[in-house]
Amino acid sequence: MTTLLQLDGISKSFSGINVLDKVNLEMQAGSVIGLAGENGAGKSTLMKIITGVYSKDEGRLRLRGEEKVFNTPRQAMDAGIAIIHQELNLLPELSVAENIFLGREPKGFLGLINQLIMHEKTVQLMQRLNQKISPDQTVGSLSIAQQQMVEIARALSFDADVIIMDEPTDALSERESEILFQVVDDLKSQGKALAYISHRLQEIFKLCNEVAVLRDGSMVHSGATQDIDEDELIRHMVGRTLSEKYPYTAAVPGDTRLRVENIHAPGVNDFSFSARAGEVIGFSGLAGSGRTEFARALYGMTCVSQGVVEIDGTAVSIHTPGDAVSAGVGYVTEDRKGEGLIQDHGLRSNMTLSALSLFQTKYGLIDRRREIDAVHKYIEVFSIKTQSSEMPVAQLSGGNQQKVSIAKTLIPGPRIVILDEPTRGVDVGAKREIYLLIQQLKEQGLCILLMSSDLPEILGISDRIMVVARGHVIAEFTREEADQEKIMHAAIAREEKCI
Amino acid sequence: MHLKKVLIDNKSLIGLLLLMCAVSLFSPNFLTVDNLLNILRQTSINAIIALGMTYVILTAGIDLSVGSVLAFSSAICATLIANDSSMIVAVFATLAVGGLLGAANGVVISFFGVQPFIATLVGMTIVRGATLVYTGGRPISTGDFDVAESFYTLGGGYLFGIPIPIIIALVVFVIGWIILNKARLGRYVYAIGGSEQVTRIAGINVNTVKMTVYVLSGVMAALAGIILTARLESAQPTAGAGYELDAIAAVVLGGTSLMGGRGTLVGTLIGALIIGVLNNALNLMDVSSYYQQIAKGAVILLAVVVDSRVKHTS
Repeated sequence: MTTLLQLDGISKSFSGINVLDKVNLEMQAGSVIGLAGENGAGKSTLMKIITGVYSKDEGRLRLRGEEKVFNTPRQAMDAGIAIIHQELNLLPELSVAENIFLGREPKGFLGLINQLIMHEKTVQLMQRLNQKISPDQTVGSLSIAQQQMVEIARALSFDADVIIMDEPTDALSERESEILFQVVDDLKSQGKALAYISHRLQEIFKLCNEVAVLRDGSMVHSGATQDIDEDELIRHMVGRTLSEKYPYTAAVPGDTRLRVENIHAPGVNDFSFSARAGEVIGFSGLAGSGRTEFARALYGMTCVSQGVVEIDGTAVSIHTPGDAVSAGVGYVTEDRKGEGLIQDHGLRSNMTLSALSLFQTKYGLIDRRREIDAVHKYIEVFSIKTQSSEMPVAQLSGGNQQKVSIAKTLIPGPRIVILDEPTRGVDVGAKREIYLLIQQLKEQGLCILLMSSDLPEILGISDRIMVVARGHVIAEFTREEADQEKIMHAAIAREEKCI
Repeated sequence: MHLKKVLIDNKSLIGLLLLMCAVSLFSPNFLTVDNLLNILRQTSINAIIALGMTYVILTAGIDLSVGSVLAFSSAICATLIANDSSMIVAVFATLAVGGLLGAANGVVISFFGVQPFIATLVGMTIVRGATLVYTGGRPISTGDFDVAESFYTLGGGYLFGIPIPIIIALVVFVIGWIILNKARLGRYVYAIGGSEQVTRIAGINVNTVKMTVYVLSGVMAALAGIILTARLESAQPTAGAGYELDAIAAVVLGGTSLMGGRGTLVGTLIGALIIGVLNNALNLMDVSSYYQQIAKGAVILLAVVVDSRVKHTS
């Protein structure tokens, strides 16, 4: 095996804080190395140094044995290093071919773009990836998974032989992920060196032949994947043993809190179930099953056209998120950046946004003292790591942002809380804290609706599990009856019957 | 480190002070009480418009119609005074007219989803046209009734030796500051500018907040119109042309982001003062009014470039 990329003693600090400390890493041709670590461990910084976004303070970077210094991302790309980001960097209005060749379109007669060559090269790239995506389609009309393929094609078009993937499956359904895994395997057999960053440890074990673990800026483990198991990997990541992975305490449910009967809404078709106070209901289903759509309808973001929603025995009609908050329904969105938190604003103004009326004095002004007290209480109880209550949330790690998002939903005092993918993009340590939090809320008598595409998570912390497909609850299991296979069977059987 | 932060946080104020020092070197008449009060009085009209503009820009919007709204309100106000209506009635009716015009902008923006730039550009044209139709293109005098004389004090009078427009501007700024920093509305204004989608999902009625902000901007333009009418003892059909740009410049010089969500009213006040001092200095130095526009544009450009440089390095 030949070493394509070699990092030697890379260090980097920001305003005096060591983010990377003498990190070594080797990437071999025809090999996939998994990069694991909690949020803030330095994975992103390391990748940004490799791809020329940041400059290193110390250390050497060698590409095919030659020492290199990259000052801009473009230099790294021209040298054959490509990164596929968590967030896609494509222009939705442009076609697939235009996106792939953006900034280096093949020139023809009179310096105009040679559409023919561009088209042809795109077809070739798609063939290499075994994808049926037309070069003329606009990127905005593609699914997230297909858009990712366009990004990968773009990387290949640079003749990249070092390819870094940063949380590529975060936005993909299980089926779409399978396609991506296939492509990763193909690239590996074509002799590319790949680095694969993921919070999903199963994926690392499935795809990677090597694994490296970063913790607090240091490389604490690296070696063959087959020599390590999941527990050991987690231990390296967090530097301690996490007791049980999914904390669960059986609760004594109270009266029926929420009754949903034959709800119809966009993407939701005849949805019925009921939930009691002090219960965690897990909603499982494939992507596009109607799980998130139901959450949005219940929260007043889309219109419920038919059906009944009862909270504590009283029928409620919810047309806007404002109605939902007053009816005692809270929603923690799956899209923290776009829908959950104002990234440039501080923790305090984000947390209290839905509940400012609670802090009003009789003159209609906001009592800053009481507001800050409430915010500090949540920072403490949720152990949110932040320098102050005014720090912009964009500077927090994913896990801490999620805690702020949950606090924001809890401050108005809801009776029902919908959690949509609460642990997406959150590291192992923070995941466990969020699970513990869910247990606490349950014990306080809240009714929790947990939407997640992480099946082990659903099985781990729910009291009852609803399987959703085609906008409809198709099966219900108690915690004792449910297992991974039964749920997948129910979901898939139903999907296939309808197709 | 700490000093640098203090300097960066107060860069508008530092800019104003530097400008004042420079001007006082060139012109001995600059640092006199009379001249400074004169600057403040001239600034008060732009400052009042810029207050409404700050609210609008904080929601990531813009209001280009303020100059036209000022002219139309001014015409209504002059007509009322000329017909011997009481001053209270004239003032409140004029403010209401400004508010209604603002509400029209708000409806087009929040309920029809038209971009603020386009909606208020259209508003600017239509309202200017309406003003010309209403006045027949001629000035309207406030007339000879007794009320016209007392009305004049709103623009030209003094209270404890301070010009009344300055007092009005100060009162409006104090109220505007309290609402923006201490009341729910202010928090929602910042939140909408930060992310409209997040604010909507947090359960806030975004459309109502946006409506309120454009109504406020219209009312402020009308208030500025009242002061101008009083001072000139007449309404000019072309009054306020180009005022939207001075107001936007004051907001931007004061450090408010045109993307919304970030900025302060104190900054806007300083921004308006910078423009006021600049106008005054160019007059004192006998710069011809043709060159004044070029000089003013150059200084604003310089300030904005320095601002974005500072943002990049910090």
